[in-house]
This record gives sequence, C-alpha cells and structure tokens, in this order.
Amino acid sequence: MADKYTPSELLICLSARLIEDGSMAFIGTGIPMLAASLAQKLTAPNLVPIFEFGGLGAILEKLPLAVGDMRTFNKGLMASSICDIMETAQRGYIEYGFLGGAQIDLYGNLNSTVIGPQPKPKVRLPGSGGANDVGSLCWRTIMIMRHDKRRFLEQVDFITTPGYLDGPGAREKAGLPAGTGPYRVVSDLGLLGFDEKTCRMKLLALNPGVTTEQVLNHTGFELLVADHLERNDPPHDDELRVLREEVDPDGLYR
Amino acid sequence: MAISGLIFLGGILRLAGPLHQKEQGMSDKTTRIVAEGAYPLIRPPDLAELRRLNRARSKALTNKLMTEEEAIARFVHDGDYIGVELYGTVRCPMSLCRALIRSGKKGFDLAGQGVHEADVLVAAGLIERIDWTYIGQEVYGVSPVMRRAVESGQIKQVVEWSNGAITWRFKAAAMGVPFLPTFSMLGSDTFAYSSAKAIECPFTGQTVGLLPALILDVGFIHVHRADRSGNCQIDGIGGFASEMARASKKLIVSAEEIVDTATIRRCPERTVIPWFNVDAVVHAPFGSWPGEMAGLYERDEAHYRMFIDQTQTQEGADAYLKEWVRDLPDHTALLLKIGPERLASLRIDGKGA
Repeated sequence: MADKYTPSELLICLSARLIEDGSMAFIGTGIPMLAASLAQKLTAPNLVPIFEFGGLGAILEKLPLAVGDMRTFNKGLMASSICDIMETAQRGYIEYGFLGGAQIDLYGNLNSTVIGPQPKPKVRLPGSGGANDVGSLCWRTIMIMRHDKRRFLEQVDFITTPGYLDGPGAREKAGLPAGTGPYRVVSDLGLLGFDEKTCRMKLLALNPGVTTEQVLNHTGFELLVADHLERNDPPHDDELRVLREEVDPDGLYR
Repeated sequence: MAISGLIFLGGILRLAGPLHQKEQGMSDKTTRIVAEGAYPLIRPPDLAELRRLNRARSKALTNKLMTEEEAIARFVHDGDYIGVELYGTVRCPMSLCRALIRSGKKGFDLAGQGVHEADVLVAAGLIERIDWTYIGQEVYGVSPVMRRAVESGQIKQVVEWSNGAITWRFKAAAMGVPFLPTFSMLGSDTFAYSSAKAIECPFTGQTVGLLPALILDVGFIHVHRADRSGNCQIDGIGGFASEMARASKKLIVSAEEIVDTATIRRCPERTVIPWFNVDAVVHAPFGSWPGEMAGLYERDEAHYRMFIDQTQTQEGADAYLKEWVRDLPDHTALLLKIGPERLASLRIDGKGA
C-alpha cells in the first residue's frame, strides 16, 4: 500500500507529521485542512484547529470547502468571529499557521497577490485573505508548495505575506512580533527549513526517491543544504488508510 | 496619563499634551510616520458625519420589512461605497446582490473579500475600485472574472489589505474612532500597496501599523433570523457581521426567517445587530444560494461549479447573468427557477453538514 500514493497524499502526510499535539493551528482550505484532520485522528488528538472566520476547536469530520463553511466549527468549542480569531493570533496563542502561495523566495516571503507590478498586473491572483495575518502573527508558519523554479524564486513579485523579508532582524525592524516567522516548507521534493543565522531557506530532508541535485535544480536560488540530510518516510500504511477512508473518502485530494 | 490629541502636521503625527502635563515634565515629542501605503484612501472616514447620521436614525421599533428591490431603490445610490458580509458561498446576501445588478445602479466602490458575490457584481460591471483582501474561488482557485476585470483596467484601483486588517478597519468605525493599531501587514507589500500607515508607538516606541476606519455608505448582511425592525440573530460563526453592520451608514439586512419581536426578546443575548442599526429588512429564504447557510442548507456545488465554468469567458459570464439574474424579476422567481426539489435536496434538516 505504502509504495502507491499521490503527490498530494505525500504533502498531506508530511504536513500532518509537523503538527504538535496540544497546539493551536491556523488552518486554510485544501491540503492544510486534510493535514490537520489526519493529525487530529492519528498523532495530535488535542490539536485545536482555528479557521479565520471564527471556527475554533472543531472535530474535523468532513472536509470544509470554504474557510467559513459550517464544517469549520463542526462539534466545535466556539463559533467566534474574524476579529476574535485574528486578535487571538495577535495575542500570541497560535503556534502554527499553514500557508500556500504562487511564489516563495529564499527568505520564505510568499506571493499570492500578483504576477507583475501591482497597479497593472500581468496576472491578478486572489490576494492576501488571512494569509498576511497568519504570517505576521502566528509563531511558526509552515508553507506547502509545489517545488519548481517558477515558484521557488530569488525574489517574489510581491510580498503578500512576510517571511524573513530581506534577512536577519528584518521582521523585528518592520515591527512584526519578535520570535515569529517561517518554520518549514513542505514541498513535493522535500522538507525545508530556515538557517538560524542567515534566515535563508535550507534543505532538511529529501522525499522518497528524490536526490539533492533534483531539489537544487528545481530551486531558483542558492539553496542551503543541511549537513545531515534526512530522508522522509513515504506515507505509512495507517496514514494512508485514515486519509483515504476517514479524512477524504470522496477522494477530492487524491 | 491622558494624551489630549493626535494632530496631523505635514505628515508628522505630533503628540500634544495639555500644557500642565508638559510642565510636569512630559516631553513635546513628535511621533514619526515610519512607513505608509502607496494608495490614498478610497473614502476617508468621516466620523463626525457618522455620529450625526446615527443621532438622526430612528430608534423606534418600526416595521422595516420590504423587498430587495424596494430596499435598493431607497437606500443605494450610484457611486456608493458598499460592503457585503460574510462572503460569496457562506451566509452571503446573494438575493440583494442580484437585485442590485437588476436595479441598474452602478459605479460602486467595494470593500473586502469575496467569492461569489464579488464575482457577480464585478462581472456585471458595477464595481470601480476595491479595498481588496481576497477575491477568488478558494478550492477552485483564481477567479477568471477578477483576472479580466483587474488585468484589463476595468477595476480602476485595487488597494491591498489582509482579512484581519479590513475587519479591524470596520471595527475602528464601529468603535467610532479613526484608526486601530495592529502588527499585521508590517514589512510586506500588502502594506506597501494599502492605505495604512506605521508609526513609532507613543507608549512603547515600537513600530505599529495604523488601520484607518472604513465607513460604508451601504452594507448588505444576510442573517438567519430578524424581526421586522431589524434585530438580527446569526447561527454559527459571526464572520464580521457585527463590525460591518456598525460601520455602515445604511444597512440592508436579509433574513432566512422573519420572527416576532417577542422571539428576539426571549433571548436578547442572541441579538448581534440591533434594530437601530438597520434600515431595511428583507425576507429572503435561500438568500445565500448558491452559497450555504449554517444549519439550514449546504452550498449548491453543482450550480457553483457551473458558474465557474461559464465565467471562464466574459460572454459566458454575460449569459449566466442574463439567465440567472437579469431575466428574472425577483428572488421568488429565482427560487421557482431553481425548483423546490433541488432546494429541498440542499436542506440539512438536522442531518448535519
């Protein structure tokens, strides 16, 4: 079973493994939602999922299709409001925030706003939504990205959501809460983190069957590589079973 | 120790304490604007006007029940700054949005984030400028309607904000104050292409962002139930209904169910928007269709997907609007067109989402 899985399933399992039991995590629609649900069922039963429009502490039984839909507070502990959720993040409660984007740069800055100049864009994308709040206010942000040279860039066209901006100390200088910032990037090629001193993206682990060279070739900037490179397990049997039978029985994300 | 006022002086925020405080050793300190967004405010907040209008608003429990058409005819004007809550596929006043398109009124500025409602309003060519947080289709990705409208220049100005920021802007207006401070957006291009400012905090010296109050000419909100005077109850998450209602000079509420005021009085703690804040109450069962309504009905996924498919081209969008909006006289005609069987199939009826 474990040798047959889709790229999405791998991303979901890798993301779920990063979620610490008993923590609070800001969840967006799509893969983060599935990862949170999987983690809640397997390794993090005390995870508190938070959705930006007010869903707090839901039991994630069915996949929400929108960050405000009723499944985001299914059997929840509180159906709150967007102000309350964002203020909870601003007060420092929320450990993890999951984000995606069209582009990411070497400091973990994310673009989901425009390709080209903002006033006259070549491509208009959906915009920040809650992403900027998550990236500004949560302690540790986890980005989930497809890994290719068009997405992993030296510089993004637009910083929708702040990563480490232009390097060490830049977040604090801009006024963002101290001690916050990008934590991990989960890609279809590997798991990446950020170098403590330089804040630059660093390859930490390779996905099954992937080589370091492959990752470097698919990255549009000079990527740091950890001294002891780990190898990610493929999805375990129990992960795939729960994911397919309980989290996403309709196979929307297979 | 109170600070008497924040006075603008040529781009410098100057903290002017009362004279006696200064004599007691308070420094005559100027507070620097550290950074500011590139765009001018689409509508600078006029709090004095808001106070005047609110003073003049009726506090009587009058009957404000009317149709979508009547509410829009009476309270919406060309060029108004409008806002819609929650968003396109969740508890959204879609029957009001469709009536707005049919009304022929136009030239609006739009606040916030949207999915389906922003799409139909923009596809119909009603929107000129947007204070934008998120406009897209969530799991279905980028909105082709928005791409066309922004990339062609049909939308004249797009000002960026985060969801938190736009809601705090409503909250500032709801509080009756000109701005709220936040750490969100700092350092990003979202900030750089907004109308926010960042200053050195006069209390801590730390950099802090200031979000200007956002006051709407007209707000549209769909709720689970309301009485004829506009006391509103919402089931499930509150979104930003509470803040946006209070930030609206005129507020049109649509409700799945109209209840007696006695029902409201039995649990007053459930009233999230009070009657004096509401100008029109519209009875709109399935008013959020094709979106969902927590506890009542689910999103009409098939219709929503059809909308997305059709709006890939402007011709398709025009055809959709003709068939589902312009050629229908009102919301009742729409419900008949959808058909009772299909509507019944969307109902949750206690079986859970």
